[in-house]
Amino acid sequence: MKHHIVSVKTYLAIFLVLMVLTALTVYVAYIDFGHGLLNDLIAMTIAVVKAMCVLVIFMHLKYSAKLLWLIAGSSVVWLIVMVGLTLTDYRSREWMESQLHRAIEWQANPPAEQPAHPGLH
Amino acid sequence: MSDSKPSYLAHHFDHLEQQKQSATLGIWLFLITEVMFFGGLFLGYIVYRGLYPEAWHTGSEKLNVILGAINTVVLIFSSLTMALAVHGAQTGSRKKTANFLLATIILGSIFLGIKAIEYHAKFFPTTDYNLIPGANFSYPAAYADQMQLFFSFYFTMTGMHAIHMVIGIGILIWLYVKALQGTYHENYYNPVEVTGLYWHFVDIVWIFLFPLLYLIGRH
Repeated sequence: MKHHIVSVKTYLAIFLVLMVLTALTVYVAYIDFGHGLLNDLIAMTIAVVKAMCVLVIFMHLKYSAKLLWLIAGSSVVWLIVMVGLTLTDYRSREWMESQLHRAIEWQANPPAEQPAHPGLH
Repeated sequence: MSDSKPSYLAHHFDHLEQQKQSATLGIWLFLITEVMFFGGLFLGYIVYRGLYPEAWHTGSEKLNVILGAINTVVLIFSSLTMALAVHGAQTGSRKKTANFLLATIILGSIFLGIKAIEYHAKFFPTTDYNLIPGANFSYPAAYADQMQLFFSFYFTMTGMHAIHMVIGIGILIWLYVKALQGTYHENYYNPVEVTGLYWHFVDIVWIFLFPLLYLIGRH
């Protein structure tokens, strides 16, 4: 089996793309998009594109066996499980507590024309 | 089985292709354990940033964005020279392999040097506050304790990244010596390829560290 050899030209092109994206991520970091989350979203999108460039070309994933795609992809899956499940806990705690608090209040002091159970909003 | 087995084919492999695929598979499996290792640090960062956004914002402002950006360029450049070292081996150019390995070692060392300058500025501050987590930490804000947490993450994450770089440079020096002896050529360059994959991975970690640590407090 002959291995695909990535040309020097391709490496240089990817390097240029990475340089431009680095400059771009610094530039947009100084722009206030009004909502902080939007800045994060843009920064992370650029970082993911840069990482993909490195993975696919520098790390030869494009020309590698499908098994390596599966392994590289599985790390992303496990990362999403770890971060995702942890955040469902941390990001819902305040809400859960406030709802619980409301429910207790309603039970102790049910308003006259309202159902006894507040339900979740 | 023949006696014509080349010296660079380990005895437990049938042929070079099998040996190469085993090496690549092995390093990729190692790299996904690294993804989960750094992933844990990133997760801690995400959780606490969600809880203490103000402290993260101010902490980020206290990092040197110019040195951070220069280091990003240096590290990506070192990834290019690493890729070209592998390319040199693939095309049988032993001199090119050795030279690009040396370039990667130099660029990696420049990265660590700049990182050392940044650390030094934090450890010997000229400001009236001290950002090293521990007994001497001080910052004039109500959320100083939370900022201490930010800097704990900063030093742990960049420190772990730097340790990976030191290990990488160590391996590269060994490869450079071997490359000078002509060990690697178009039929055998697994160590160069595998080290390259590790080096690019360390580059990817920095690609995420740079915006998350240096850039979040700029707008």
